[in-house]
Amino acid sequence: MKTLDIIKPENLVYKRTELMTDNTLSYCPGCGHGTAHKLVMEVIEEMGIVEDTVGVAPVGCSVLAYEFMDIDMQQAAHGRAPAVATAIARTWPNKYVFTYQGDGDLAAIGTAETIHACNRGENIVIIFVNNGIYGMTGGQMAPTTLPGMPSSTSPYGRDTCSTGSPLKITELVANLPGVYNVSRHAVHTHKHVRKAKKAILKGFQDTRLRKGLTLIEIVSNCNSGWKMQPRQSNEWMEENMFPFYELGDIKVDGKMINKK
Amino acid sequence: MAEIKLMKGNEALAEAAIRAGVDAYFGYPITPQSEVIEYLMMEQPEKTTGMVVLQAESEVAAINMVYGAAGAGKRVMTSSSSPGISLKQEGISYMAGAELPAVIVNVVRGGPGLGTIQPSQADYFQSVKGGGHGDYKLYVLAPASVQEMADHVEDAFEMAFKYRTPVLILSDGVIGQMMEKVQFKEFKPRWTDDEIYQLHGNWATTGKKKGRERNIITSLDLKSEKMEGRVHRLMKKYAQMEEEDLRFETIKCEDAEYLIVAYGSSARIAQKTVDLARAKGIKVGLLRPITLFPFPKKQLMEFTKQVKGILSVELSMGQMVEDVRLAVEHKVPVEHFGRTGGIIHTPEEILDALQQKLIKN
Amino acid sequence: MTEELIIAGFGGQGVLSLGKILAYSGIMQNQEVSWMPSYGPEMRGGTANVTVILSDERISSPYLKLFDTAIILNQQSMDKFENTVKPGGVLLYDPNGITIHPKRKDITIYQIDASNLASDMGNKKVYNMIIMGAYLKVKPVVQLENVTEGLKKSLPERYHKLIPLNIDAIQKGMDNILTVNELAILS
Repeated sequence: MKTLDIIKPENLVYKRTELMTDNTLSYCPGCGHGTAHKLVMEVIEEMGIVEDTVGVAPVGCSVLAYEFMDIDMQQAAHGRAPAVATAIARTWPNKYVFTYQGDGDLAAIGTAETIHACNRGENIVIIFVNNGIYGMTGGQMAPTTLPGMPSSTSPYGRDTCSTGSPLKITELVANLPGVYNVSRHAVHTHKHVRKAKKAILKGFQDTRLRKGLTLIEIVSNCNSGWKMQPRQSNEWMEENMFPFYELGDIKVDGKMINKK
Repeated sequence: MAEIKLMKGNEALAEAAIRAGVDAYFGYPITPQSEVIEYLMMEQPEKTTGMVVLQAESEVAAINMVYGAAGAGKRVMTSSSSPGISLKQEGISYMAGAELPAVIVNVVRGGPGLGTIQPSQADYFQSVKGGGHGDYKLYVLAPASVQEMADHVEDAFEMAFKYRTPVLILSDGVIGQMMEKVQFKEFKPRWTDDEIYQLHGNWATTGKKKGRERNIITSLDLKSEKMEGRVHRLMKKYAQMEEEDLRFETIKCEDAEYLIVAYGSSARIAQKTVDLARAKGIKVGLLRPITLFPFPKKQLMEFTKQVKGILSVELSMGQMVEDVRLAVEHKVPVEHFGRTGGIIHTPEEILDALQQKLIKN
Repeated sequence: MTEELIIAGFGGQGVLSLGKILAYSGIMQNQEVSWMPSYGPEMRGGTANVTVILSDERISSPYLKLFDTAIILNQQSMDKFENTVKPGGVLLYDPNGITIHPKRKDITIYQIDASNLASDMGNKKVYNMIIMGAYLKVKPVVQLENVTEGLKKSLPERYHKLIPLNIDAIQKGMDNILTVNELAILS
């Protein structure tokens, strides 16, 4: 069979979303960011809302998200994406607005903006990628770094006596009345990808209904920052990150999910 | 003829914002400018013009809200006072870099630090030399009356969109807190969505329409050549501002032998000094820069052919005086006088300084 | 005509609103006006003062060192502002709570016992309008009908029913001002 015989519409089983640009991803091979980007773009494409969507990129590894997402985007100062998104959503109430942030951006320098945007119940979607480390600046300790986990600024492992415990900001904001949906996902297996995409879709739909804020945490790997091979980093993530950052729904349709 | 009202400068600014078709105001309370957000909250323009008014969680959040709305093609503004403006500097630098139009108001109080809540003009350097990090400037308007607090809002937005750059209205506690007569212009409607698509659809993030490239608002250029190009683009704008949009006023300068240079509240006070001096037979004139950047450099140089000396008067220990000295290239003596820490100099004090520092007999 | 005036007293005595009503009254008769308060944390009980200028010409400095008239309503303000009255100027004060009375000989000094007069009227809130009456008696910078208009402008609509009471208070002030030291007589 020749190639030309294969590339017929009826044989198509998978197509990359047109909302991802052809630019080469700046992420390390094995990193979860590419998949997370793709899921958000697929949702926007499938909902047919590209003309009414504005994204906000953070500072961190995904600072260049606008190079890969073929939609209108703003790049925000470090931690300020929820404030930037607040203003876009308030002044264009008929648009879909989302932020895409990492754990340093959202849970350290941007804690105030995160909590207050959540508390005001802004009609935005926050995609929060948590890999427990500062990736872009070279693997420094993040607020989400696990106890004992080494990083370039906690070379002997995170000492919770002096640096505090990992901040579960997702659980923290779930308690705020303005927050409508909160869930935690992963994107390293098909099963997880499907669940994550479903949650992102629901988040975008609910902001349209002006239900309030949806925060979706994606627990991901950072094989470079963790100094591991990609496969090994995913295994480490399952063994160490998931027990601490438990996957699943935390709040759905404004109601807390009781797991016990 | 529009109705004459008696209002505080801060209130007049807020009313003018509603009337200028401003889409959004994001702010945080701080003395002596809290009347701006209080007035807007009381007036509820969201119900009339649709203007969004939001009290942010901090000055930092407020300026980044301004960034977001400006990047989406809206007329947006914020106001604060000195310590709050320091907090906003990061966002202002980002806006200058990302070439976003917006209006920022500083009702200056004394510093450094928490300083005093009393009036000051000690934020001159911060205002005209950049303020945040990087190679940039702001277009800076300095109102000297309640009427100008109102009028400068629309002027500032005109400049902000002409140059796609943040514009600063540099006021102070005197102008913000005093009441004077003010007359407002007719209501100007906010832009419709379609007007924004048409006017700003080629750069603002309003949603990627079919047939156009995506719009990106960013101040980041990881390639140095591109970044240098971006800064050169900014510098071209600043040069154009100097050519086309310099503003100043001269009072009783025709026969002046001495010149006072003062802006904002100091210009008002110094205007009385001019009268006191002339009553004593000393021929003094006043040059009031209305824009602090661009600065009336050429005009000052012209005055060196006429006057024996120049006194720069500001509520600071001497900041604008440096720009005056640069402008006149030592052709005539340039001295500074000013009180600081929240103390306001009197017309008489200025006259004494003029006599002691320049006339010397 | 240019009248440069400072009104100084306790916060809560209606110092700022007296200035505002005067300024509005000035507008009603086409004068240029400015109203420059000492602003800050001084609320009820602290000290407050406001500089009011009424003029037929464009006003230059809203902030002054010397005044044509000082209206002084507590001791701290007396200490601070007695010497800011221009020679030949006017000092009007409420003697209530004043322990060190003004001593200047080169100005005209008047008293208005506004605290007790307000108590007599059964409404302490008209205090500042009694002061206004006393002031207008010696410095008729604005006409009474323009003060009525000024009150309408500066008071919220729901208080307009109190305007006649305020006018009564102004009259009371005009009728009860005492001359302490008449410059013209002394000189």
